[in-house]
Amino acid sequence: MMLPRFPARAEDIVRNRINRAPSPVLAVGIPWASIILASMATFSPVIASAPLLPPFSYMMLLAWRMLRPGMLPVWVGLPLGAIDDLFSGQPFGSAIILWSLTMLAMEVIDERFLWRGFLQDWLAGSALLAGYLFLAASFAGFAAGYPLPLSIGPQLLLSVFLFPVITRIVALLDRVRLLPLRRI
Amino acid sequence: MARSQDRRPGFSRRAQYGIFTGYVVAILGVVVGAVLLIVSLFNPEAFAFARSGASEIARPIGQASAESRATGQGVFAAVGAYFNAGRQNAALRREVEAARADAVTMRAVQTENARLKALLGIIDPQVRPIAAGRLIGSTAASARRFAVLSIGSSTGLRPGMPVRSSTGLIGRIVETGRDTARVLLVTDPDNVVPVRRATDGLPAFVQGAANGRIEIRLINSGVNPVHKGDVFVTSGSGGLYPPNIPVAIATDPHHDGAVGHLASDPADVDYVLVFPSFQPAAQAALSESEKAAGPPRDPGDQ
Repeated sequence: MMLPRFPARAEDIVRNRINRAPSPVLAVGIPWASIILASMATFSPVIASAPLLPPFSYMMLLAWRMLRPGMLPVWVGLPLGAIDDLFSGQPFGSAIILWSLTMLAMEVIDERFLWRGFLQDWLAGSALLAGYLFLAASFAGFAAGYPLPLSIGPQLLLSVFLFPVITRIVALLDRVRLLPLRRI
Repeated sequence: MARSQDRRPGFSRRAQYGIFTGYVVAILGVVVGAVLLIVSLFNPEAFAFARSGASEIARPIGQASAESRATGQGVFAAVGAYFNAGRQNAALRREVEAARADAVTMRAVQTENARLKALLGIIDPQVRPIAAGRLIGSTAASARRFAVLSIGSSTGLRPGMPVRSSTGLIGRIVETGRDTARVLLVTDPDNVVPVRRATDGLPAFVQGAANGRIEIRLINSGVNPVHKGDVFVTSGSGGLYPPNIPVAIATDPHHDGAVGHLASDPADVDYVLVFPSFQPAAQAALSESEKAAGPPRDPGDQ
């Protein structure tokens, strides 16, 4: 039995492509919604006794920012960071400050390293992830009165290895985002 | 990848101002974040209302995933049980024989205990659980260790109440919403639990190390009498946790204590029970036993 082949390009799902444009709701909404949903990954079936899961929401933000520079506004860290703080368990404000700093740091990276390939993006992402996890653990450690940054090793390793996977997921979401669904 | 076009607005004033405002708001975000962070470091409960509101919104997702987790564990347990069914059967049969003998001894001890208590006029403090709920989420990506419970202040939960599973202590409630509550797990470094060794009452503290292990620290330092496999239960001192709930099992003794693992891993439990705060319960029990004993009699009365 032949399985129906999944179309190679997401655009092929839509039959009519002439006179069509991407739906504005999807085009704007998917990046924001995907980052917020990733923030809610804390409501996953895993009740962890250790910081184990990578910070999916932050990785999603980085991946969107690297794939489409300028699509998310520079100030996106303020609203999305606030939402992430509500779910992450970090002291409130931690993600607001770190995500805003990340968006500014990405501007500097764009300025300095104009031509980046996959490896350079991965390297930049890994450096930002390491800084993010270390500072987030420091804030949490200050709140708990205990040197917490010692426990981020496994989490950082997992985050660095999963970052390319997240960028692939974001690339797929980007194709869904630009599906020509609206009739002009 | 080349620099994107929309960062080079050309001569359009409007676009230039737009980009400039974007940077201003981003830097404002850093400042606002820093202020909020300082506020929440010095007053951790400052944004509890927003957090519990967010948990209320995400509650259905957590509820569904908690159910799928229970089902998934059931399936794996059932498959795993087939692999060593024969050996396990023999082992269980031996265990049942031993347990039957123990049960007889136990019944005798129980009746004797009840008789002695009746003689002394002690009334057992009947601590009933307030509610049962599910853990529907946890802060799996953060260095802090919180979990979210599927019940909240509408079922009578208040901050400070201890949470336990059938096998041991889970933590205590720190924030409550209407239908959700935030639990500080035993593995969080902020949660220090006074414990004693189950066999001889050796006093100690349990503190989380945030990496899944917990640290057992002895109060009296000197020669370390802790051995691998020692079970520690709550001692009830401090008034936060009721006594005799298993907390930790020592796995790796070192010079002034031991590294241990949890008696009850929150990832394995299906339902958890919330108990009233121990302090009021202890006071109630005390006044009850005083009432039962009657007013203190004056010796010169008779």
